[in-house]
Amino acid sequence: MVRAATKLGSVTEGTVILTVNGVQREVFVDNQTTLLDLLRDHLDLTGTKKGCDQGACGACTVHVDGKRIVSCLALARQYDGRDVTTIEGVAAEGELHPVQEAFVRHDGLQCGFCTPGQIMSAISLLEEGRASTDEDIREFMSGNLCRCGTYPNIVAAIRECADRDGDR
Amino acid sequence: MAEFEYLRPDDVSGAVATVTADPDAAFLAGGTTQLDLMLKDRIIAPTTLVDITRLPLHGITGGSDRIRVGALTTMEELAADERVVLHAPFIREALLLGASTQLRNMATIGGNILQRTRCRYFRDPMVAACNKREPGSGCAAVTGAARMHAILGAGPNCIALHASDVCVPLMALDTVVQIQGADGERSVPLAEFYTLPGDRPDIENVLRHGEIVTAIDIPLLPAGMNSGYLKVRDRVSYEFALTSAAAAVWVVDGRIADVRIALGGVGTIPWRAPEAEQSLRGQRAGTRAFRAAAEAAIHDTFTVPGTQFKVELVKRTLVRILQTVSGVTS
Repeated sequence: MVRAATKLGSVTEGTVILTVNGVQREVFVDNQTTLLDLLRDHLDLTGTKKGCDQGACGACTVHVDGKRIVSCLALARQYDGRDVTTIEGVAAEGELHPVQEAFVRHDGLQCGFCTPGQIMSAISLLEEGRASTDEDIREFMSGNLCRCGTYPNIVAAIRECADRDGDR
Repeated sequence: MAEFEYLRPDDVSGAVATVTADPDAAFLAGGTTQLDLMLKDRIIAPTTLVDITRLPLHGITGGSDRIRVGALTTMEELAADERVVLHAPFIREALLLGASTQLRNMATIGGNILQRTRCRYFRDPMVAACNKREPGSGCAAVTGAARMHAILGAGPNCIALHASDVCVPLMALDTVVQIQGADGERSVPLAEFYTLPGDRPDIENVLRHGEIVTAIDIPLLPAGMNSGYLKVRDRVSYEFALTSAAAAVWVVDGRIADVRIALGGVGTIPWRAPEAEQSLRGQRAGTRAFRAAAEAAIHDTFTVPGTQFKVELVKRTLVRILQTVSGVTS
């Protein structure tokens, strides 16, 4: 059995080693730390946003081993050894990801707070092959809320990416 | 915030032994319910979390007539299984109508079965009266605002809803739960797994402390049996059911040769409707028979002003899905 790593005799904290945006990181956290708080507070990757902090809004969406999850309901210790991608990791060599470009082109944001989560979710949705109709885009993006109500533009941005990829 | 120890056992028996030995220990799987209740709502505070996600309880085995689904299989993985798509599509429909893709990538089938109620009074530690949290403290929901609450299996002690979608078709299919405990393994039909609140709403199922759900066995539908899941809710997506119905129907020469029915959004447990099935067998498929079945299904309701509407809505939900899966709308 793996006992929690100890520091000063405590078992309520421990070390997490995980890959974040292609780089291995080692972080010492309290056991109650979420993956979201590990990213924001320990690694200073503040692109991932804390909205509801309860799995309802999708602002904290990241990819783990290629799949989208909400990092606010993920215990950091549980993700030891996993491969995490955040919004900071999607733009290669300073060039925006095609989904980011499409959001800019279609004005798929207003205040921008939900946007990192929207883009992480949209990238997954395209990989999942769920952008064949506008109805499907709305259904499979429904875990990401936008209080500014930019949904029509978000759908348009994703539709354009899907059209270019030949997914519809 | 309450601190806790985090453990990652090497095998199932180690996990079971650890939790069995410690009344304040709990299992951690996908975390979407457990961490929500611990870190966010703060209504439970185990002092040890035993992470079971690395244990070999993943994956789906079996054939076209029956599958075994490991407890750690995610909702998205089960929804994508070809056997489910071909031989019990209403399982897939129910899964994809629940939660969001992000949550379905995390949430496990074992956890889905064991999910706690969404009752807002249960999840609010500022509410003193909750028999499910504090036995004997009363029920704030029966006298307060209620909408997302149960009308079947409910009573003055508790109207908390079991909000799972996928458990509704699983109930209709006579799913069996595989359990491992310190004393060995046992199998319990899903229909006997849940317990009605009665005067002990804090007890929700037959699992003993330290026992773990290792898998569920799902008998799939025979060829010719059409199935469907209809979910009625306040918004079009990413919302719990007000009412739902899972139905599988085999129509031969216009008559109902076989039928399975279960209801969601209405029960303190996922609700099988044997009276509705009985009333339909041998009958000519049609709205008259479907309505009679709906009337037979809904009896001994316990309603409060906020849930009264569900009595009629769930009947119409059932009639509509029976029309859809039988192809008979008149």
